[in-house]
Amino acid sequence: MADVVDNELEMEEDTQKGRYLTFSLGQEIYGIEISYVTEIIGIQAITKIPELPEYVKGIINLRGKIIPVIDVRLRFRKEPRDYNDRTCIIVIEIKNISVGLIVDSVAEVLRIPDSEIVDPPQLNKGCNRYIKSIGKVGNEVKLILDCEKLMSEEELDDLNEVV
Amino acid sequence: MENLIINIEKSGHVDQDEINEIFRIMHTINGSSAMMNIGSISSVAHSVEDLFYILRENKTIDYDQSKVSDIILESIDYIKEKIGMIDSGMPDISDDGPLTGKIRDFISEISGQSEGQKVAAAVADGPGSAAEADDSDRTNQPGNLRAYSCVIFFEDNCGMESIRAFSLIHNLKDIASDISHSPENLTSDSDADRIIHTDGLKLRFKTEHTYEEVYNFLSQTIFLKKIELTEMTGETDDSRDDSRSESSSRSAAVLPEQNDSRKADLLQNTVNNDASGRITASHHSIVSVNVAKLDKLMDLVGELVISEAMVTQNPDLDGLHLDNFQKAARRHRKIISELQDIAMSIRMVPLSATFQKMNRIVRDMSRKLDKDVKLEIIGEETEVDKNIIEHISDPLMHLIRNAIDHGIESREERRAKGKPGTGTVTLEAKNAGGDVLIIVKDDGRGLDRQKIIARAKANGLVSRPENELTDKEIFSYVFLPGFSTKEKATEFSGRGVGMDVVAKNIGAVGGNISLNSVEGKGTVITIKIPLTLAIMDGMTIAAGDHRYTIPTLSIRESFKAKETDVFRDPDGNEMIMIRGECYPVLRLYEIFKISTSVTNIADGIIVMVENQGKCLCLFTDELIGEQQVVVKALPDYIKKFRKVKGVAGCTLLGDGSISLILNIGGLVEF
Repeated sequence: MADVVDNELEMEEDTQKGRYLTFSLGQEIYGIEISYVTEIIGIQAITKIPELPEYVKGIINLRGKIIPVIDVRLRFRKEPRDYNDRTCIIVIEIKNISVGLIVDSVAEVLRIPDSEIVDPPQLNKGCNRYIKSIGKVGNEVKLILDCEKLMSEEELDDLNEVV
Repeated sequence: MENLIINIEKSGHVDQDEINEIFRIMHTINGSSAMMNIGSISSVAHSVEDLFYILRENKTIDYDQSKVSDIILESIDYIKEKIGMIDSGMPDISDDGPLTGKIRDFISEISGQSEGQKVAAAVADGPGSAAEADDSDRTNQPGNLRAYSCVIFFEDNCGMESIRAFSLIHNLKDIASDISHSPENLTSDSDADRIIHTDGLKLRFKTEHTYEEVYNFLSQTIFLKKIELTEMTGETDDSRDDSRSESSSRSAAVLPEQNDSRKADLLQNTVNNDASGRITASHHSIVSVNVAKLDKLMDLVGELVISEAMVTQNPDLDGLHLDNFQKAARRHRKIISELQDIAMSIRMVPLSATFQKMNRIVRDMSRKLDKDVKLEIIGEETEVDKNIIEHISDPLMHLIRNAIDHGIESREERRAKGKPGTGTVTLEAKNAGGDVLIIVKDDGRGLDRQKIIARAKANGLVSRPENELTDKEIFSYVFLPGFSTKEKATEFSGRGVGMDVVAKNIGAVGGNISLNSVEGKGTVITIKIPLTLAIMDGMTIAAGDHRYTIPTLSIRESFKAKETDVFRDPDGNEMIMIRGECYPVLRLYEIFKISTSVTNIADGIIVMVENQGKCLCLFTDELIGEQQVVVKALPDYIKKFRKVKGVAGCTLLGDGSISLILNIGGLVEF
């Protein structure tokens, strides 16, 4: 019996490994590891909270759980865009903290083998610090996000803004 | 255990069971701390154990009851502190010397009373010698002693063989004398572990006990693998030569199977010990549950309530005549509301633990101040949310101290006034609607009205003629910062930083405090606290599309204002004049940067809120209504940025939308 459970666990991990949820943000397609993703929900009413950086849009009620939502467009200093019915909130959970990411639209779940993933070019511009790696699928390029950095570098960012 | 001691003190005598109980508990503490290598706890526990050993063995001795309790309580405090330190990962640095020394002194004192110089001298030698002294008593009774030799093997890989051996020998000292063992140096010899492991622990000792008794005693040792016990009658008493043959036939080896069952027994023993200790503290059978799980349960139930509303009030059902559905829905709703009540009540904890703590304070204080005070506890089974209990413990402690220090008079004074010599402090808890009342009452001298007025005048607090002040107003001055009528500060109270802190702490959990006093008769302090922090009465207001909740407790009034009522100072701060006093006006939509169509003062409504004497007028679109809300914390992610000043938390409204709970204290600082 224990073996079976073990196997199942392994299977589950296997099915999650190398799979990425891709979403679009303007022209680019981004991907995040599927193991971070809890669920995808449509855009819903967001309660604003004062005194927070612009990209933190506020909080939403996810079945009784209050979670903050970040507009990824604003996070990456892109032009804001009005939300429409394609706009989605991807709920991710990292280190027991749940956060919703507002994205233009969710594309698909892709399997990208490790051999197709390369490190991002080393640029000294701040822009690609959230990109963990770049995956190739056919002719397209997917930017794979480093979720942990997305969450943890906030304070630093905040400080910079103050300065 | 603490309770036990206080009980003992109350009853004024110690019966044998209680002594045994304490002895057992101390022994458990001693054993487990020695096992964990926490020397200081172990040595304190050990000294206490020694003390009770003597008490147990010498039933007739006369000793100072309260002094014993003092020592025990002190030791318990010490142990608690130590455990706290270990919990928080601090190194064990403090010195247990004074305490053990004290206990030892006391032991020598009482045993000196009964047994004379011999024991006293022996006790003074060191911690272990108390037991030895008793042993030496026995050695003096010739003819009864039998000698045994014994080899003990511990189970493979039980670890710390030398320490186990050490504690075994130590235990053995209680029943035997002339103990010699090999390897000789258990604690400092690093090879001891290995030697004991391979060759076994060799013991020789003399005792008056029979073979079976000794055998049983030894076999109680933890992780025991094998005992080879032999009675060596020849060496002590020639006349018993004949029993030598007998002894060899008696020598036995414990088989592993037996050993297992014994281990189980032993485990059970310890469990029983623990259990009996716990039973004295509370008679409920309790499962401890992680608070996070309870929170989750609350969340889910709250969610269920909302989803129930969404189903039964579904717009698709409009206009349909559905008798059976309505019936089922009603039933559904009833069960859900019951579930909600239960989920809420799970977080409730009886006040008894907090109240029992006060016993100790009353005792310590009455001793130090040399006043006779007894504490009466009523309604300790009243239940309050766990979070709140944590907040009221300190204020209660303070009130009790005040009552004893300031309230209760000295014995002579009381007699002169025709009161019973022993003062009474009553601590009472009871339910009153959605609140819990905690009443601290003393029959002491009461508050001096004139003194308070004089003091209030000196501090410039009195704005009206004296005769217009009601008692209530006068007594409320006591809760202001820096207000003490006691001329000199004592160890316990009187620095004037007391009552205001109490009032503040009580206020922090949404409660309030009031005081009534009759001079010469006593003082009654009533604390009113909500049943739970998780639920709060709130006024929901709207600004633009957003909903906010203001705690009803902090709302003073709400009113419509005319455009002309509001004026600006040169810095652009708005303010309003109401009944001759001027208050700042904050526009909610401005602070929270939301868009609303209502920007004209006359169109919206003004809510006057108060926090710790500071008032503020909030301008908002409209009032929606008052309701009970379930308070939820903001997500950690949001808190990480910075403390959002104006927002205390959030709550879910009936339709599933989020409403922010305003933190009035924070808003006042804007």
